[in-house]
Amino acid sequence: MSAPSKVFKDGLWYNNPIFVQVLGICSTLAVTNNLRNTLIMVLGVTFATSMGSLTLSALRELIPRKVRMIVQVLVLSFYVIIIDIVLRAYQPAISKQLGPYVGLIITNCILMGRAEAFAASNPPGLAFLDGLANGLGYGWVLLVIAAIREFLGFGSLLGFKIVGDGFTPWTIMVMAPSAFFLLAIALWIANNHKAKAEAAKKTAAPGAPAGASGAPAPQKS
Amino acid sequence: MIDAPNVGLLSLFLASILTSNILLANFLGTCSFISISKDFKSSMGLGIAVTLVIGITSAVCWVVLRYIIEPLGIEYLSFIIFIIVIAGVVQMLEMIIERFSPALYMALGIFLPLITVNCAVLGVILFMQIRKYNFPQAVIFGFGSGAGWWLAIMLLASIRRKLDSNNAIPAGLKGTGITLITIGFMAMAFVGFSGMIAVQ
Repeated sequence: MSAPSKVFKDGLWYNNPIFVQVLGICSTLAVTNNLRNTLIMVLGVTFATSMGSLTLSALRELIPRKVRMIVQVLVLSFYVIIIDIVLRAYQPAISKQLGPYVGLIITNCILMGRAEAFAASNPPGLAFLDGLANGLGYGWVLLVIAAIREFLGFGSLLGFKIVGDGFTPWTIMVMAPSAFFLLAIALWIANNHKAKAEAAKKTAAPGAPAGASGAPAPQKS
Repeated sequence: MIDAPNVGLLSLFLASILTSNILLANFLGTCSFISISKDFKSSMGLGIAVTLVIGITSAVCWVVLRYIIEPLGIEYLSFIIFIIVIAGVVQMLEMIIERFSPALYMALGIFLPLITVNCAVLGVILFMQIRKYNFPQAVIFGFGSGAGWWLAIMLLASIRRKLDSNNAIPAGLKGTGITLITIGFMAMAFVGFSGMIAVQ
């Protein structure tokens, strides 16, 4: 497997930011009761991780170790400010609904996690791809959760009503607890799938190292 | 800051702890919440540190917002300024604690740097900016949110002491999975408070 495709597969599945690293679930879970808002947030996070990783990787030789963290945060907040300004100019209604959560992309752990675990020790092109893959890997999980929540909670998808009037909306799906439950279920399914794949690999090739080894998962918030 | 919302301080304090708990209703600070709540003692330390930091930074950021950002009209830079203020306050707090209470520093030391990137801190400040709180409200909201976060992590840490030794949990759900479900139930319980006070 070539390096770029490995980076991409790691981000999307083998080292998925949500399932494996359990990072960055803070800010975006709050907007997953609505598919459209989630889409905007996911695009924002993907933009910020990929561009942030690209910039930080290009600058990695120039940043002194001692002030690395603060430089990373400043570069990342620069991209988040761009997202915020663009949203305010072109989608004022959505910007208002998202409220503080756009700004909170800065403290999304995935951004710092990737900057620290990957961009700090890899060339810019690969770092960009890693950021993109992690953003997308994070995005698809959240979009699935958002689709379930919006469908069961409002009976609609992307704001279009798709079920008849006889449907009773699940109020719980609109509220905070359901996001935790759905994420736990998604994690369960992913873990089971992974365990099965590993078991299959072990029986097929005894002695072979099981599972894909990605970048070490940073355990910080 | 002309039209500060008309909420009493006590109800704002209670609301920020119970009805709009920063963690259980707004999902802020979940990452460190999940990883630290494994250990009861660390949860206590992190809870105190977060409460202190949120309370102090929301006061400092209010002053910065009112007397620097707004007169200069540089709202577009507010994210960067807030982050720098948070990092600065955390650094200073670390130095002060180290100087005056080495014992507390040993207990809190490793958690303080982590707090700079805790979403709850920045979240509280951004909420404060959007809802246009006045100074006392901002301070009360900051301390209340911190206390709410502290309460939530203590509750979860106590539950997890029993949970992690339970063998009936399916393998795929162990660790993070079951923790998320527990947080979900806690959030449901806290939703029960929502009829009492409303603050948004």
